[in-house]
Amino acid sequence: MSSVHLVNESMAVPVGWYLMLAAVLFGIGTIGALTRRNGISIFLSIELMLNAANLALIAYSRQLDQRTGQILVFFVLAVAAAEAAVGLALFIAVYRQRRTIDINRINLMRH
Amino acid sequence: MQAIDFLWLIPALPFAGAALNGALAYRRAPKAAVTAVALGAPLASLLVAAACIGQYLGGGLYPQAVERIGYAWTTGALTVNVAFLLDPLAAVMLFIVTFVGFLIHIYSVGYMGHDEGYARYFAYLNLFMAAMLTLVLGNNYLVMFVGWEGVGLCSYLLIGFYYDQEFPPYAGKKAFIVNRIGDFAFLIGMFALIARFGTLDFTPIFHRLAAQPGLGTAAYAGGLSFAAFVGLCFFIGAMGKSAQIPLYVWLPDAMAGPTPVSALIHAATMVTAGVYMAVRSNVIYQLTPGVSLFVAIIGTATALLAATIGMAQNDIKKVLAYSTVSQLGYMFMAVGVGAYSAALFHVLTHAFFKALLFLGSGSVIHAMGGEQDMQKMGGLKARLPVTYRTFVIGSLALAGIPVFAGFFSKDEILAAAAASGMPLHWLFWGVGWITAGLTAFYMFRAVYLTFDGKFRGSHEQEHHLHESPPVMTVPLVVLAVGAVAAGWVEIPLLRGTDWFHRFLEPVLAVVQGAGSLASAAAGATPRAIGEGELGTGAELVLILLSVGIAVAGIWLARSIYGGAAGAERGLVFEERYPTLHRLLANKWYVDEIYDACVVRPLHGLSWVFYRVVDALVIDGSVRAGAAVTRATGDLGSLTTTGNVRNYALYFFIGVIVLFWWIAR
Repeated sequence: MSSVHLVNESMAVPVGWYLMLAAVLFGIGTIGALTRRNGISIFLSIELMLNAANLALIAYSRQLDQRTGQILVFFVLAVAAAEAAVGLALFIAVYRQRRTIDINRINLMRH
Repeated sequence: MQAIDFLWLIPALPFAGAALNGALAYRRAPKAAVTAVALGAPLASLLVAAACIGQYLGGGLYPQAVERIGYAWTTGALTVNVAFLLDPLAAVMLFIVTFVGFLIHIYSVGYMGHDEGYARYFAYLNLFMAAMLTLVLGNNYLVMFVGWEGVGLCSYLLIGFYYDQEFPPYAGKKAFIVNRIGDFAFLIGMFALIARFGTLDFTPIFHRLAAQPGLGTAAYAGGLSFAAFVGLCFFIGAMGKSAQIPLYVWLPDAMAGPTPVSALIHAATMVTAGVYMAVRSNVIYQLTPGVSLFVAIIGTATALLAATIGMAQNDIKKVLAYSTVSQLGYMFMAVGVGAYSAALFHVLTHAFFKALLFLGSGSVIHAMGGEQDMQKMGGLKARLPVTYRTFVIGSLALAGIPVFAGFFSKDEILAAAAASGMPLHWLFWGVGWITAGLTAFYMFRAVYLTFDGKFRGSHEQEHHLHESPPVMTVPLVVLAVGAVAAGWVEIPLLRGTDWFHRFLEPVLAVVQGAGSLASAAAGATPRAIGEGELGTGAELVLILLSVGIAVAGIWLARSIYGGAAGAERGLVFEERYPTLHRLLANKWYVDEIYDACVVRPLHGLSWVFYRVVDALVIDGSVRAGAAVTRATGDLGSLTTTGNVRNYALYFFIGVIVLFWWIAR
């Protein structure tokens, strides 16, 4: 199999930068998911974490010159979309019941 | 088809009667229907039994045992069949149980006529007949044991028949629990037989033991030979069922049941099951002179002890109860000295005269409106002539006056004891002889207190006095005939008149060989077992002595308790020996001793197990387990806040730990 370069090697940004950006994005997402009270914000934070992972996957994909990582990203996106659809539907349903999506006040699971 | 093929019907018919009456008891059926079932089942059983015995004796089957196998009960390594056996021994018992049992059923129709539990009573009584006939007819120890337990159950049910009173249920429980001790030993004995022979059938076990006495005399367990071990276990079983020292205490209390029950179960049939079992197992006992001696000692001691207690009782049924214990002691004395046919002979005569005496006392109690205290009776002979005459016949039979049945059987036991050549044999004879005198005394004390003198009860009772209806007096008369004639099947002194003994001979073959009763006794006087080889002169002397002491006992009772002022004179007489009288009236304080030595320690031990072992240790460990689980759960539930962000944090921490662990 002949090697096909996606990007010119000489102009490449080192993979470490991508990983660092991904780590920062993941950290922001994590902190957001753990601290925000608004359900939608938590969703946004989780999306951030997923995309941080996507970024790391693509970076490695290029570094290792393999397309597996990119394929995996499509799966992640699809799953993320599905998750967002289900999650938003849940929040709408909860909002209709409770008139809030503040997760501090949605603690039915405790009982 | 032959009559003997329907052997199984003999116990099955009363069983069906019991089931039917048990159903009728719930349906408030008319009394006539209950009576028809109650009498029909034992009558049918009696007729089948008569046909079977008739064919057995008349059809050329006699010396051989006839066995009819119903079906295999267990299979595999140990095969036990539900099978029935008819041999001379079973035939005698079959005759006693069905004949006396049927008479007592008839009597019960009158005696229990006004009782609310009429159908229930007859259901139990029929069930008893079924169990007793199973016991008698079984061809192996297990079927016998089923009957053995069945009669124990019926005894319990019938002692506690008046369950709305306080004492009868207590007495029923006492009987059941005391019997359990004996039953346990019986089971151990059966296990030993299974281990040695791989079967429980009578015929092969006895044949092998008789052919190879070494099997029985070989050392087995606890320093005992095999025969001694099994014989001792079976005798302990018999102690419970047949009320021997130390397990006799339930029988006097069993008088709490209806009087016909006392007659049928606690005098004529069930309590003789132990004697029947010992006679059935005679091959085993013949191989163990040591245990036989022990049996004779226990029997003799029981005879004397119970007779002394009987002298000071004022409850007419208690007198008869202790008399029964005493007579059972005689039977075991006979078993112990190897006079098995004499033991069974006494079972036969005793069944007639003691059932008669109990039914007579029932007739008196019926007339007195439930009163059992002889001090409140007196002068009843004019008002209850039939009861009086039959009761006196029964008393004469029990006292051992010639011509009456008890004389023949008791005399044969005493003669056999004297002739046995066992160690202590003159002591057995002497104690038996004295007991015969005591028996005559206490029986005629009861006769004079009850029937002689003037009436000492209330006016109401006197007004109510009446002779019992024919349904009760006819059985009395029939039994009285038996109490006279049942002894004539074995007449002493005359050669060749020991028909009863010769009839039983096929069952009682003498086991020869080292270590057997025959060879142990041979050292003293060469003889065959159970045949008093005393010589006519010596036997005549013994007979005269025992008749003499019986007459003396009756004379003493008459001179104290007879006549118009007999009861008062009797009280004065008893006051003259206050310590002795109190000792006897309180039954040697045996119940109190048992209470202190057995019941209370057991209660204490039960308390310890209940309060300490059960409540603290067992419940405590379970509760501790529950508490630990609950505490762990409570602790864990602190993390369950219900807040999604907390869960996310746990998840996050978990992921970090996982990564750390992988990357380590």
